[in-house]
Amino acid sequence: MSNVSINIDGKEIVTQEGEFILNAARANDIFIPAICYLTRCSPTLACRICLVEADGKQVYACNAKAKDGMNITTTTENIEKERRAIMEVYDVNHPLQCGVCDQSGECELQNYTLEIGVDSQSYTVADVDRASHDWGHLHYDPGLCIVCERCVTACKDMIGDNSLTTIARGGDPLNLEYKESMPKDSYAMWNKLNKSVIGLTNGTDVLDCTSCGECAAVCPVGALVNTQFMYKSNSWELKSIPATCGHCSAGCQISYDVKHTSVHNPDEKIYRVMNEWNYVSLCGAGRYGFDYENRDVVKDEVAFAAAVEAFKKADTIKFTSTITNEEAYILEKLKDKFGYKLVNEEARSFQTFLSDYSSVSGTTLYGSDLKTAMNSNFIVSIGTAIKTDNPNARYALNNSLTTNKGAALYFHPVVDPIIAGLSKNIVCVNHKPLQEEIALYLVLDLFADKSKLPTDIVDYLASFHSTKTVTVTESIKEKVVTIVKEMKVNEETGEEEEIEVEKTKMVPKKVSKEVEVDDNRLLSMLGMADNFMETFTKLMKKKDSFSMIVGPDLYNHPNSKNIARLVALVEKYSAFELIMIPTLTNTLGVAMINELSETAGSYAVGYNTAADFVLSGLGDGDLDMPAINQQEGTLTSINKRVNPTNAALPYGGYTLNDIANALGLNAQNTIDYTVKLGSINGFKADNFDDLPDYYTNAGEEIRGYKLESLSKTTSGDESVSKIDEAFMLEGSIIYLANPVRQFTDFTKNTTNLDEKSGVYMSAESLEDSDFSAGDSVSVKTECGELTAAIVSDNKIAGNITVLPTFDSKLNSGALVNGYRFANASIQKV
Amino acid sequence: MEQFNNRNVADNGYFMVDIEDYPTDSMGRFKRIIKRTFRLELFVGLWVVMREMIKFDIHTISYPEEKMPIGPRYRAVHEMKRLWESDAERCIGCGLCEKICISDCIRMDTKIDEESRKEVTEYTINLGRCIFCGYCAEVCPELAITHGGEYENASEQREHYVDYEYMLTPIDVMKANAQKEFEGFGAITPHEDERVAKTPLSY
Repeated sequence: MSNVSINIDGKEIVTQEGEFILNAARANDIFIPAICYLTRCSPTLACRICLVEADGKQVYACNAKAKDGMNITTTTENIEKERRAIMEVYDVNHPLQCGVCDQSGECELQNYTLEIGVDSQSYTVADVDRASHDWGHLHYDPGLCIVCERCVTACKDMIGDNSLTTIARGGDPLNLEYKESMPKDSYAMWNKLNKSVIGLTNGTDVLDCTSCGECAAVCPVGALVNTQFMYKSNSWELKSIPATCGHCSAGCQISYDVKHTSVHNPDEKIYRVMNEWNYVSLCGAGRYGFDYENRDVVKDEVAFAAAVEAFKKADTIKFTSTITNEEAYILEKLKDKFGYKLVNEEARSFQTFLSDYSSVSGTTLYGSDLKTAMNSNFIVSIGTAIKTDNPNARYALNNSLTTNKGAALYFHPVVDPIIAGLSKNIVCVNHKPLQEEIALYLVLDLFADKSKLPTDIVDYLASFHSTKTVTVTESIKEKVVTIVKEMKVNEETGEEEEIEVEKTKMVPKKVSKEVEVDDNRLLSMLGMADNFMETFTKLMKKKDSFSMIVGPDLYNHPNSKNIARLVALVEKYSAFELIMIPTLTNTLGVAMINELSETAGSYAVGYNTAADFVLSGLGDGDLDMPAINQQEGTLTSINKRVNPTNAALPYGGYTLNDIANALGLNAQNTIDYTVKLGSINGFKADNFDDLPDYYTNAGEEIRGYKLESLSKTTSGDESVSKIDEAFMLEGSIIYLANPVRQFTDFTKNTTNLDEKSGVYMSAESLEDSDFSAGDSVSVKTECGELTAAIVSDNKIAGNITVLPTFDSKLNSGALVNGYRFANASIQKV
Repeated sequence: MEQFNNRNVADNGYFMVDIEDYPTDSMGRFKRIIKRTFRLELFVGLWVVMREMIKFDIHTISYPEEKMPIGPRYRAVHEMKRLWESDAERCIGCGLCEKICISDCIRMDTKIDEESRKEVTEYTINLGRCIFCGYCAEVCPELAITHGGEYENASEQREHYVDYEYMLTPIDVMKANAQKEFEGFGAITPHEDERVAKTPLSY
């Protein structure tokens, strides 16, 4: 992409070649009205209000690309007329119910009606009955809908559920006179609008999706609203607290909208979560899982004294990664002072994986982020249930597939119909558990630059290839000449007579042929289809930017060291940009800040985890702690960014900083430690209050700061161990992963996220088995046993049983030995 | 009412009052003082009082036996109106009064009711803070919250003057068709329909 210079309304601006005019204008603070366009998604062309004149020709700014020297005028007399007519059309039959509409005050229809100055109405059409629909967590009122299709676009291009579509509205056609009397584009737009409303793709009135609520967020009017928020509060009464979502490692920027609880209760309450949907898309947990605060906590001096005593007595601190960087830093300082062992197994495995990775790659951190993945057009995902491990990684995958005409390979043992349904250009390889190494070898084989790759690896990869002779049937077209008799009028005599005409036509014919083809044994080891190489050749057409996403399955893999080295080799010797999905919210931060121990000592203090003395933000411990939405601090995201978050709700109890002060550290607030993070490699010494938190109009993320990836000297040893072909799990297998919208006990504590804890089995595997949903079963592995009820899940398929980790009472972690898969026997009890 | 809508001053028999110019020099001012002092203007006023006292034609009203009618724009404590059609409360819970209130004394709670409509569950005005500016009545799109004419309130606290139940038109008043419409700021002004462009309809 090269820079070009274009002129908009007399202002010279520089933009990328092929950038949409609308985006170029927005990046340079030039206003062009637009309703249906969503940044990062493909243009819909539903509203047509973004009309501009480019080099004397009317074009739509949202889909016209910038060319060098282009001259653009954003308003002309004709465009003004079109825009006025478009807004009048949107107001036709729109109910005047702003007083009871949830969108009132932040409604784009209100805004543009005033902006364009519509003060009278010239057009009319009879309306049809548009009764509202209850879609569970969403409420759709077609009467308010302006069919801009932003919800459809977001669901298709960003989320990937494809749950929404336009369906026929019925009713009267437009008066034909309008075709003559109305401006051309506004008539065309109205003609389309008048025929459609939004409906569900599955043809029913029951919404079955991953429930992210992004469609309601992007709705410019009050047509699609969150049922949970309906008629609760006017938007202007709410105060927005900018924050970072604390549920997973994506670190999405959100704002908690707070207001007093009721007339009688002045305590602040979170009413909803909002996002900058042009630049960041949330999942259901981020959007609806906001009320996980530790409520009604007061300073319990007895419990505090007991906590201080416990810290004095303890030799170990156990904790989870749902803490801020500052708290991790406090724990590290306490460790330095008192010699505690810090135990966090999930962060330790990620830390080890990172260090094994850097011993080959020579950098402390993986090289890329999700934005790069989103802009690439070939993605490989290995070792992660991407939809639930990090929903934003899934959105990046989907966005790359849909808007960049991308392709993807998804390696995972659990069959995932949602991921398979993202696009026809994604190949899901459901290999056996423990075969992730083979998948990485395959990626090396398919993509690595063999001229640079160490020769022993090249030789090893070559050893899997052989040529084999196969019989293929091809259909070729053969020329066949036939003689047919036709009746024709003789021009001289005027009589009909029969003549013979020679006709040639191409007839497809099947021929079998013996051909020599390359046989790659890696493919058969992974159980991939025979014709994979043909599919692969098609997928690779016109691909120039590659991203690889690897996830938590690899960090705890028995061969994780070798896998980390393979991952580094892929990044080093192929065009792939690498992203690792940190296991939990701040796993990356903890892995950078803390020195972790493998084994616990005799007496442990636990922070949000079981131990001899428990500090808990969940409200069930010996001393209460604030939850993430009650804390100031920073969280490190998958994008290697240190993001600031603010306290949305007040907290009346003690914090970890109070304990640290009682133990001899000295800081007034937890955020006093933000600047001290600078002493750790990669972090910067910035004050918390100086950290920015916004997106520019060009979509650039200005939040906190990016961690610096430092170069590390390597030994030059790039050897990797070979594949043990028999190394795999077969039979009845369990996998530790959460259902969509659940991550930790914090998401479980929220009122709107109602996913049940239990033994998740795919709907199709339940049909074939003796079990049915609701049955109580006992799951037994060599490490442990648990009993819980079966939950039927149609978001997974295949025979692997999924055990959620969001419910610590289920204690599914005790059933495996690190690695997320295990053999298990499941019996009814 | 109609005559007051015509604001053309020239047509209505208005005239300029002839007022003598003020003196500008010190001699003129001195003359004015002498004139005023010796004409005993003070007693003119005293005489008027005396005259009216003797005539017994008293113009003041004997409150509380007699009461003046209250003007439509008078802003006493609030009233909540009901719909003529159904006797239901007019308030739709749009929250505009809550927003516009400059002393921030109105608060309401709303929720979705069984019929998927917006329901106002709580509505309060803190009259201890209210400055009776009338913005709430002016902004109300439903003519639901209005100012009443009731000025005879007595309590130790202004907050005690009314609560929501008291503000709401009593149902027996509604049954008797006796609810009074508000005519102050925010009510529909005369000739409103002439100034609004008609929206065409296909029915």
